Amino acid sequence: MRTNDVMLQTATKVVTFIILMFSVHIFFTGHYTPGGGFVGGLLTTSAIVLLMLAFDIETVKKILPINYLTMTAVGLLLALATASASIVFDVPFFTHAYDYFDLPLFGNTSLHSALLFDTGVYLVVVGVTMTIIQTIGEDE
Amino acid sequence: MSFVFLIFLPLLAALFIPLLFKKFGRIHTGWFVLTVPVVLFIYYASLLPTTIAGGNLVSEFQWIPSLDIAFVAYIDGLSLLFTLLITGIGALVVLYSIFYLDKHREQLHNFYVYLLMFMTAMLGIVQSDHLITLYLFWELTSISSFLLIGYWYTRDRSRFGALKSMMITVFGGLMMLGGFVLLSIMGNTYSIRELIPQAQEMITHDFFIWALVLVLLGAFTKSAQFPFYIWLPDAMEAPTPVSAYLHSATMVKAGLYLVARLTPVFAISGTWMWLVAGVGLFTMFWGSFFALKQKDLKGILAFSTVSQLGLIMSLLGASAAGYHIDNIAETTFKYAGFAAIFHLINHAVFKGSLFMIAGIVDHETGTRDIRKLGGLMSLMPISFTVAMIGAFSMAGLPPFGGFLSKEMFLTAMLSLTEFDLFSMDVWGVLFPVVAWLGSVFTFIYCFYFVFHTFAGKHKPEQLPKPAHEAPIGMLISPVFLALLVIVIFFIPNHVGDWLVKPAVMAIQPFLYNSPAEVDVHVSAWHGFNTELFMTIGIFAIGGLMFWTLRRWQKSYDRFPDSISLNALYDNLMFLSDGGANRFSMLYMTGFIRSYLVYMFSFVIFILLGTLYLTEAFALDLTNLAPIGFYEIVILVALVGSTLTILVSKSRLTSIIALGAVGYSVALFFVIFRAPDLALTQLVIETISVALFLLAFYHLPQLSRKEERIGFRLGNALVAVGVGVTMTLIALSSHSQKALPSISEFYKETVYSEAGGGNIVNVILVDYRGFDTLFEIVVLGITAIGIITMIKLRLSKKEGQHENK
Repeated sequence: MRTNDVMLQTATKVVTFIILMFSVHIFFTGHYTPGGGFVGGLLTTSAIVLLMLAFDIETVKKILPINYLTMTAVGLLLALATASASIVFDVPFFTHAYDYFDLPLFGNTSLHSALLFDTGVYLVVVGVTMTIIQTIGEDE
Repeated sequence: MSFVFLIFLPLLAALFIPLLFKKFGRIHTGWFVLTVPVVLFIYYASLLPTTIAGGNLVSEFQWIPSLDIAFVAYIDGLSLLFTLLITGIGALVVLYSIFYLDKHREQLHNFYVYLLMFMTAMLGIVQSDHLITLYLFWELTSISSFLLIGYWYTRDRSRFGALKSMMITVFGGLMMLGGFVLLSIMGNTYSIRELIPQAQEMITHDFFIWALVLVLLGAFTKSAQFPFYIWLPDAMEAPTPVSAYLHSATMVKAGLYLVARLTPVFAISGTWMWLVAGVGLFTMFWGSFFALKQKDLKGILAFSTVSQLGLIMSLLGASAAGYHIDNIAETTFKYAGFAAIFHLINHAVFKGSLFMIAGIVDHETGTRDIRKLGGLMSLMPISFTVAMIGAFSMAGLPPFGGFLSKEMFLTAMLSLTEFDLFSMDVWGVLFPVVAWLGSVFTFIYCFYFVFHTFAGKHKPEQLPKPAHEAPIGMLISPVFLALLVIVIFFIPNHVGDWLVKPAVMAIQPFLYNSPAEVDVHVSAWHGFNTELFMTIGIFAIGGLMFWTLRRWQKSYDRFPDSISLNALYDNLMFLSDGGANRFSMLYMTGFIRSYLVYMFSFVIFILLGTLYLTEAFALDLTNLAPIGFYEIVILVALVGSTLTILVSKSRLTSIIALGAVGYSVALFFVIFRAPDLALTQLVIETISVALFLLAFYHLPQLSRKEERIGFRLGNALVAVGVGVTMTLIALSSHSQKALPSISEFYKETVYSEAGGGNIVNVILVDYRGFDTLFEIVVLGITAIGIITMIKLRLSKKEGQHENK
């Protein structure tokens, strides 16, 4: 029997999006202001956890049909590939590169290969925490 | 030319094997694999003209330049010969395995991945000029052979054999690494080519003899020399194509390769010659003697391989003797190197075919027990013919290749008696005697193998399957090898010119400057001399003893299994296993609090110890920041919630109090202007409280009854200890400013070097990116661990089986 938690569910629907957007913001600005892949990933996880608390694991699984283990693997590969890309350019392992580009809509933007690495971190953090929470949560 | 990359071609191909296996399940995966050794063989064969002319090729690729470690592929006569064996026999073995392993029942993707991995490892060993990369590939062969031997991993014997081979060969490999390091200290280089000219200076060094012994340990374990041979018979649990490949043609020959390759470095020492020749010859006798005790076809072949490897080893030892004589025209030592390489080729060819035949017999009759076999001659005529050719070649009968190298072996052993250095004149006479005895037993077990399997009475009632000839595909490889055996007999001098002489030049550079100088001519008829009479003696005595085999074979049972080297190994493993188990049971209590006590005590011990020993503690109360109102409030909350955890009676209260501790710390971060840390801490606290709630249902009730006063005192002691340690460290790190703070460096370089603004993030992704990479790997492993613990945990029944 489930208790009636209309308040929680309604609030969650709004708050989740705010948290998600905030996490994306924090992830992208991480290189210049507080934030980054690790915190961004944790925030995303907390948004999903909130969903799970308000609804239940099965429903969340239907909304977000993501295999979190695959996500972890993709993240690891991305991080490793970014680090190894330096080999192709014949510079020491893990050398990052960055430059400024004029992009439409964004204007003069700095693009940094560290962002790719950070994306890997982000994916791994979300993947791992969600794997753990989901596995323990589903366990009878 | 950058042929160094070709070493990695099989490994690269291995990446695609699982994919091919899944996508093209109807086609046997072996057909794809077959292209790799074939292509490599053709390429390497095209390099033959260079080595025949006495030239060599080098190709290198920097791996870790700062440590001067590089992949250097060095192709001369010796490495090219091995390369051709690896790829050539490899191709035949893969072809054979296509028919041997069923594509529906076997896990072919595993098998071929291991096999290709092994191929890369072998190519790497024989082509590496750099000792460290040679070691790398050396251990890779141990690992891949472990996987191949344990391929049928559900069988106990397979796992046991795999573990045994790995324990012994990895032990040898580690010893060898020590030897390599000593060599590099003495010669100041890791390059074998650069070590060779320094042999004269190195022999006076104290390390020389240690390096020699350690390197030999590596070679002896790999090549299954006495007393390390015990892993080879157990390795026969591997599928037969693996036995044919690894345990006759390639891996076990790595030890021979190493001895051959380093002969120019060590030949200057008499110890080398004595050890290599002595151990080799004794192994030859020992292996051939105990081959007759075996009841399993592959067991006989395993012991015969041990014996044959010993034979080649002893020849390599004798070839080192050539260093110590000035006038080679007078002696016959020049034969030793030639005979070693020639016999090595012969052995790879005939032993490969014999293993394949053993596999065919096993495949078509369902058993390898020689007592149940017999009379298969009329049922399997082709297999019988091939087995006969291979075995007769091994026994040293004409007109097969083995006869020629066997004669040269006897010549070389006889010549050792004429050697008047290192007290050879006294003990040297033992060499031809032992060699002759070993050859007699070799003769007997060859006949035993062939005739007890194929001749005699057929016993269909004892066979699991009705016997019949193997399908044609399975016969291609052994028949081809058998033809080679005969071809070698008729054109030995061509084989000598193309393959043997360039290799001999690499082994005995002190005797020859070019392959053309190796003036050895092989002839089937070499006049009435001692060797010929010895051979006739072998045939006569061997034939007689084979005739009466049934009468005296029983006497082997007098060698009890309980006092063999095998039993020694088993007992040693059993004892150390049990001992280690009992030792771990002492401290692995299963309670996480015990482990925490160990860890924290250790932390206190190390940190306080260091602080005390280095007199690092200092207290400086100047320059302290003022303590504000908010800090006091948060501190009170922090201490209060910590104490709540200690005294609370319910778990829920504890969890909430723990959350409060975390949030208070996060607030401290906010006050001290560390937004990154605060943010992370806040989210982590949120998520971990959620996790706690998820796991809450499964947690046991809090019980207080077991907590005796002593137990609580102990815990309190550890807790106070950790607290005091951390406080002392914090105080002294504040009080000491011996070095400028590192944050200045980050402030200055974070924008210019890394193009970022947030120091914490730049440190994470850039300055210490390696750290982060490994951290997320650890996270990934944690996730996998949790999945295995929860989703894949054993049911109760299986669990009991596992504990049995």
